[in-house]
Amino acid sequence: MPKIKQPARSPHIDMTPMVDLFSLLLTFFMLTTSFRPQEAAPIETPSSVSEKQAPDNDIMTIYIAKDGKVFFNIDNGRDTSTHFREKLLQKMAEQYKLTFTPKELDKFSKMAGFGMPIKNLKAWINATEPKVRDKFQEGIPMDSIDNQLAWWVRMARLTNLSAEVAIKGDAETDYTKVKKIMDLLQDNKVNKFNLVTNLQKDEASVKDIPK
Amino acid sequence: MGEIIVEEKGKKGGKRHAKKHSTRIDMTPMVDLMCLLITFFMLTTAFSKPKVMVITMPEKTDDPADKNRPEIPKNRTLNILLTEGHKVYYYIGIADPKKPKEMPQLVKTNFSKDGIRKFLLIKNKDLFTKIAEYRDKRITGKTVVADTTADNAIKKMKKEDQKGPIVLIKADEKAKYKDMVDIIDEMAICNIASYAVVDPSPTELEMLKTAPK
Repeated sequence: MPKIKQPARSPHIDMTPMVDLFSLLLTFFMLTTSFRPQEAAPIETPSSVSEKQAPDNDIMTIYIAKDGKVFFNIDNGRDTSTHFREKLLQKMAEQYKLTFTPKELDKFSKMAGFGMPIKNLKAWINATEPKVRDKFQEGIPMDSIDNQLAWWVRMARLTNLSAEVAIKGDAETDYTKVKKIMDLLQDNKVNKFNLVTNLQKDEASVKDIPK
Repeated sequence: MGEIIVEEKGKKGGKRHAKKHSTRIDMTPMVDLMCLLITFFMLTTAFSKPKVMVITMPEKTDDPADKNRPEIPKNRTLNILLTEGHKVYYYIGIADPKKPKEMPQLVKTNFSKDGIRKFLLIKNKDLFTKIAEYRDKRITGKTVVADTTADNAIKKMKKEDQKGPIVLIKADEKAKYKDMVDIIDEMAICNIASYAVVDPSPTELEMLKTAPK
């Protein structure tokens, strides 16, 4: 049999299945992850060695920006039957003698953190442009005559008894402002706080102890 | 990868009538990009959960002179004062305004490794060594216990400790939030058994005014 001479060809790997897999994986990740909800103010948290993770639900977050503005957020609960945000807004509406339409309640339950006097809340929910919406975010009032933050916290605890409290403060915020909020929480019988920090590993060893 | 080959009809072996046009799109860059995008999404979802530092404060009592509060031995009390400029001042003992002659001196330090951490490690040497040795035994595999068991064991060691410092953390109005978080972090790093965040007394605020800058 004559030797079959094959011309030297560079090996061609058909990569079609690999591209298929990649596009599948990419679509999976794009659909399963959700964007972080737009935060009202940029907050750079201080660092700490703590590796404990914040719980996903049953948690209310109090944001404190560098200038002391306070924002509030609470999740809807573990499943779709609890509707914590709607119930909270209804309770606050009763307290402050305001009314919200069912459509506004529904919109509110899908939104995230907010920070404004409650009289502006209706306008914020109904605003469609993000720029107009952002203008409202001036912080929740905490003055002694009308401590709205105290009411938000109180009503949130009544709505969801097992909610934990997280405090997300900027590193350069004055400590007195944070202390004021911690005092407010302690007045409402909250003594355990989760301070949101970013992980920065640091450890001491026995060698570090000077002789 | 995908080959688009345009074949000329009527090709006879040996004699080619026309050049064979074959357009091949090299898809390697596309695969590279997809690989990068996937890695990006895989990593960013892992980081999105924020970490928290848990602190538990004691219940607020209306009566400052709480009769039930146990007596704190003077030489174990370490008072840390936080103020502006990320400075840390500390003193040992009690600053009693009625005994001005026995007023302790404020020592200035900072948050670096040679700062407050060094001092805390010296004061807490025994407990720190004990806990560090326990952790080493777990890492090297000499002791095999569940995480919760280990946490409870460390809590027990802290509770039974009789020699470590009892730290009282006080911050004046010029301190930043980062300072408070950093000092509580140092408590965790140095395995301090008991610490509390309290308000500074007027005496201490006076001491800060005359402290070394």
